[in-house]
Amino acid sequence: MTFGTSRRSTTCEGVLGETPPAIRTVGLNLWYGDFQALKDVEIEVPRGSITGMIGPSGCGKSTLLRCVTRIVERVGGVRTTGGLQVLGHDIYAPDVELVQLRKRVGMVFQRPNPLPLSIRNNVLFGHAIHTTSVRGAKAERQQLLESALREVMLWDKVKDRLDARAIDLSLEEQQKLCIARLLPVKPSILLMDEPCSALDPDGTAAIEQLIWSLRGEYTILIVTHNMAQARRATEQCAFMLGGTVVEYSKTETMFASPAAKRTADYIEGRYG
Amino acid sequence: MFQATALNRRNARIETGMRVAYLGMTLMLIVPVLLVLGVLIDKGAPALSWEFLTEVPLKGMTEGGIFPALMGTVALVLVALLASVPVGVAAAIYLSEYAPNTWLTRLVNLAIINLAGVPSIVHALFGVGAFVMFFGFGTSILAASLTLAVMTLPVVIVSTRESLRAVPQEFREACWTLGATRWQTIWRIVLPNAISGILTGVILEVSRTVGETAPIMFTGAAFFLPFLPQSVFDQTMAMSLHLFVISTQVPDVPEALPYAVALALIAVVLVMNAASIAFRVVLRRRKKW
Repeated sequence: MTFGTSRRSTTCEGVLGETPPAIRTVGLNLWYGDFQALKDVEIEVPRGSITGMIGPSGCGKSTLLRCVTRIVERVGGVRTTGGLQVLGHDIYAPDVELVQLRKRVGMVFQRPNPLPLSIRNNVLFGHAIHTTSVRGAKAERQQLLESALREVMLWDKVKDRLDARAIDLSLEEQQKLCIARLLPVKPSILLMDEPCSALDPDGTAAIEQLIWSLRGEYTILIVTHNMAQARRATEQCAFMLGGTVVEYSKTETMFASPAAKRTADYIEGRYG
Repeated sequence: MFQATALNRRNARIETGMRVAYLGMTLMLIVPVLLVLGVLIDKGAPALSWEFLTEVPLKGMTEGGIFPALMGTVALVLVALLASVPVGVAAAIYLSEYAPNTWLTRLVNLAIINLAGVPSIVHALFGVGAFVMFFGFGTSILAASLTLAVMTLPVVIVSTRESLRAVPQEFREACWTLGATRWQTIWRIVLPNAISGILTGVILEVSRTVGETAPIMFTGAAFFLPFLPQSVFDQTMAMSLHLFVISTQVPDVPEALPYAVALALIAVVLVMNAASIAFRVVLRRRKKW
């Protein structure tokens, strides 16, 4: 499957101007205890596009991802300096309500992690925790459920067993469900931490296709270890090494003529 | 080509020896259980009857039944559960889900382990000092149950904490990244998945509480009280103490009587455990996924 022909004209710089980028970091540093995981990270993620992050294990790409939804702080001993703006707002400002931030920024994990609930309740979980009235609005919930499942191309497969257990789905379907689960909360940004690494090639292709269809409506930031995936499924790409962003450019540029030798070596598989 | 060498044969002999040894040790576990039950049934069963369970002790506790002691034990256990389960589960939720990993948390965890190691007679003295005298409950069901509750609290906390920790972290992360608060995560996902483990802890607590004698003999259990308590501020008879009394303190008790009381005591444990297990099954059935 190739996505090359449908690439849009958005570049890393192109979106700047009136609307702030989806994500912008300003000299972002992060320490786990004494270990510095992010060093002066400066990156701007344009809205509505798919941005990839590649780099060897432990380079800080997952940490950066987890910063955007501020879930990284759940581990003790984390210290951050510098700025991180999401949709133009500093998320480290004292008046930031994490619940509101996380409604706008959804996250998909490496291993599909459907909740131990039915398919229906998985999709509606976000809706349930963000609404006060449990009763009524049944039609609204059904509509949210259907549109979320349709958006991830799962509706036709599961519409007859919405009350079945989510963990009985295949891994690919589970991962789709985990994406569907984010949608009823109406996020703007979807963070994906190696969303295909637990899947077989067919599942990977299906999820990539899904991710591609979600771009535009959502800003997608995806961490991947799979060079081929980064190449075919992202529009711009950041290469990270040792907590710093070595190179950040349009994906075609990075893979055709990387600016840094370290990027070239990594892409060609000389290390990592 | 594939013939066994001397080394292979030696390893095979050791393998067989180990298997037999471990199997033997495992089978040995069954022996005391069967012996205890066998002796109790053999000696106690003749004295068992419906009247034994429903009548008060007569003639200086050498005849009659154990009804007040039976009801007293049930009351003591239920009040102890009412006190210790909410406190223990709440404390475990805090320790497992909320508490940051600081020196205070570690100190609390250490304290819980040490609390579990305190001998029950020490708990009894604590109960006398705290509940009977300081809080002024007198020797009563309330004081005795609270003493039992304090004694079994570590069991509840530790088993609850472990079953909370057994809930995969991915579930919590999924909830948090959707904007769920800790409490929403706990209530909707963590607790429903930990409930069987928590109830297992409660079963353990019940088993231990039913048989305890020391913590209640100074705090609320009576030597002989042939009627039912009217409130939690009354004293009561209890089966464990009753067994102790008729075995050691009362002359001319027919031999079958203590065995029958012991058998009834074990039956109470089994019935209460069965109730917890049934509750657990019902909860699991209700879980809709």
